[in-house]
Amino acid sequence: MAAKGTKYTILPLTRVEGHGKVTVHLNDSGVVDRARLHIVEFRGFERFILGRPFWEIPVAVQRLCGICPVSHHLAAAKAMDRIVGGEQLTPTAEKIRRLMHYGQMLQSHALHFFHLSAPDFLFGTEGTAESGFAAPVEQRNIINLAAKYPDLAVQGVMMRKYGQEVVKATAGKKIHGTGAIPGGVNKNLSIQDRDELLKSIDQMMIWSRGAVDIARDYTKEHFDELAPFGSFESNHLSLVRESDGALDLYDGVLRAVDKDRNMILVDVNVQRYLEVLMEEVRPWSYMKFPFLKDLGPEYGWYRVGPLARMNTASFIDTEEACAAHKEFRELQQGANNITMCYHWARMIEVLHSVEKIRDLLNDPDLQGKDLLSSGPRREEAVAIVEAPRGTLLHHYRVDRNDMVTMCNLIVSTTSNNEPMNRAVTKVAKDHLSGRKDIPEKFLNYIEVAIRAYDPCLSCATHALGSMPLSVEVYDAGGALVDRRVRGSGPNET
Amino acid sequence: MSRISFTIDGVTVQAIKGQSILKAADAAGIYIPRLCAYRDLVPHGSCRVCSVKVNGRIQAACVQTVIEGAVVENNTPELEEYRSNIIDMLFVEGNHFCMFCEKSGFCELQALAYRFGIAVPKYQFLYPKREIDMSHPHVYVDHNRCILCGRCVQASQSMDSKNVFQFIGRGIRKRLQVNGDSLAKTDLKVTDEAVSVCPVGALVRKRVGYETPVGLRRYDEAPIGDDIEPGKGDR
Repeated sequence: MAAKGTKYTILPLTRVEGHGKVTVHLNDSGVVDRARLHIVEFRGFERFILGRPFWEIPVAVQRLCGICPVSHHLAAAKAMDRIVGGEQLTPTAEKIRRLMHYGQMLQSHALHFFHLSAPDFLFGTEGTAESGFAAPVEQRNIINLAAKYPDLAVQGVMMRKYGQEVVKATAGKKIHGTGAIPGGVNKNLSIQDRDELLKSIDQMMIWSRGAVDIARDYTKEHFDELAPFGSFESNHLSLVRESDGALDLYDGVLRAVDKDRNMILVDVNVQRYLEVLMEEVRPWSYMKFPFLKDLGPEYGWYRVGPLARMNTASFIDTEEACAAHKEFRELQQGANNITMCYHWARMIEVLHSVEKIRDLLNDPDLQGKDLLSSGPRREEAVAIVEAPRGTLLHHYRVDRNDMVTMCNLIVSTTSNNEPMNRAVTKVAKDHLSGRKDIPEKFLNYIEVAIRAYDPCLSCATHALGSMPLSVEVYDAGGALVDRRVRGSGPNET
Repeated sequence: MSRISFTIDGVTVQAIKGQSILKAADAAGIYIPRLCAYRDLVPHGSCRVCSVKVNGRIQAACVQTVIEGAVVENNTPELEEYRSNIIDMLFVEGNHFCMFCEKSGFCELQALAYRFGIAVPKYQFLYPKREIDMSHPHVYVDHNRCILCGRCVQASQSMDSKNVFQFIGRGIRKRLQVNGDSLAKTDLKVTDEAVSVCPVGALVRKRVGYETPVGLRRYDEAPIGDDIEPGKGDR
């Protein structure tokens, strides 16, 4: 029951990675004042890799996550490239790493779209966004998806599997491989692996196009409901290709645009990130809040991930994804600030990744034997990749004895921390203000808004786990008044 | 050389008098698991992984010489459990993080754990606080992974004609010590045999980790012991 000066807490969140809870604070009039996404896990990786040999780090840090370990693997490897002076990779090494990265992007996005998010879209009565989000929890899951839309469920499985096979062919294992080493890679792509992957590439292209169509059509058909849902104006940040501003998921310079798509960070070398980015600590969350230094914490926060990348990139350098990107851009003047458009953007990246994989598989450089580079030794390095969930930054210092002495990681979900809080607040204000109870569908709405960001909370705080969600209600004096809990776990707070 | 015969698990084995049971078994194509024993180094029976029963008594096969007519038990559930427990204890007594250890796939301790089907140690982890010596330009010592097998101590003396390593302390406080303030202050060379003989990731050449792709590492294709007795190590 909503009481005077009330706070609701929601946990557990489902179908996202990691643990978190949401609190909703109502003012004396019962109107939502603010909402917060609390991350209740603890971060430790930056500490416990200190004192370890630098070449161990690309393999060690990927243990942060089982969903997109390749991102951490590559970000750390890119940093260590600079440590050994080998950042100018051989063509074979760079292309092998890119292939690995696109494989990961495909598998991660496919998992999220088909298995984690699709149940939100597909199980409404007569298909309105409202009814879809509000469908009973027992319907909105992968089991029901497989029963009612078996073709779609299979596509999701097969696309993810294909991406994982690409990762295995380049890193040695589907999860937690060792392919990237300081200065290059430890293997090229065998002819056998190449031919095996080429067998299914046409099917992947077909399914990727279909996925873009599903996301686009859903967005357009439900635009009136989706446009305001958890949406807000924001800045957007990502890497773009240095030479021409194209979407580049593996390497480039930092670019940020504002809500109107005016450039507010103009293609900054990633080694200078400390000049343009800062992180704020808030007492109620283990996750930090990064922001653009020039704009300060109040106005400098930004979104990362597929939506941000669609806004920052000048264009996409693969034909079909480029066309899809143009159509995406036509939806909104300026930047697209619609939270639910993350899904469409994500599928454009799937299409782009599959096009890139296709092109790379046909590139003879992947069978090259020149795998390693080296040069003058450095003691400090920064590296950034665009992970599936957004911009991922690794910063290290290494002493003369090869030991890591400093590590800072800004992971994509950390950058999306403030945006997710805004999304939750927006949903709470739209759907909870003035009510005297917490409707069941409100729990769904909160999850849907957070899930659009595909957050990896375990990654952001650097622990492991599944994600439960609860809602707690606090009065103005801070006393717990009411609580709603949902999820597979116990009803603990 | 006079020859004698004895049996291992009922199989008659011919051996040279004075030979260890371990060497005789190797020559006969019978694998007895071992960890501290290494090729030409003088065996000293410290790890006890090669424990066998000789006429009913448990002996370390690396130091026990063959006896005419002896009945040796090797591959029995009882001995496998003893050996498995030793491997288990070695894991929990140090800090062995195989998932990112650069010796993974080459590590004999890890390979034995796989051979014995150890997925998770049954004993409680001790999480000792140990140091890593990165001072040497080409080699480092990670005491977290040292199992005190003594191979480096002996190889440095007998193969490299140096005295880089020694043990200090007793019992649970026993640890590997370098002959100097740090590894950099010793006369260890990266080419020394002492560096090559480490069965785990304790004594490692710098900046070469992970250069061998997954799938091509020593124990990726065949389990430990397969070179002696093919086809028996898979679980």
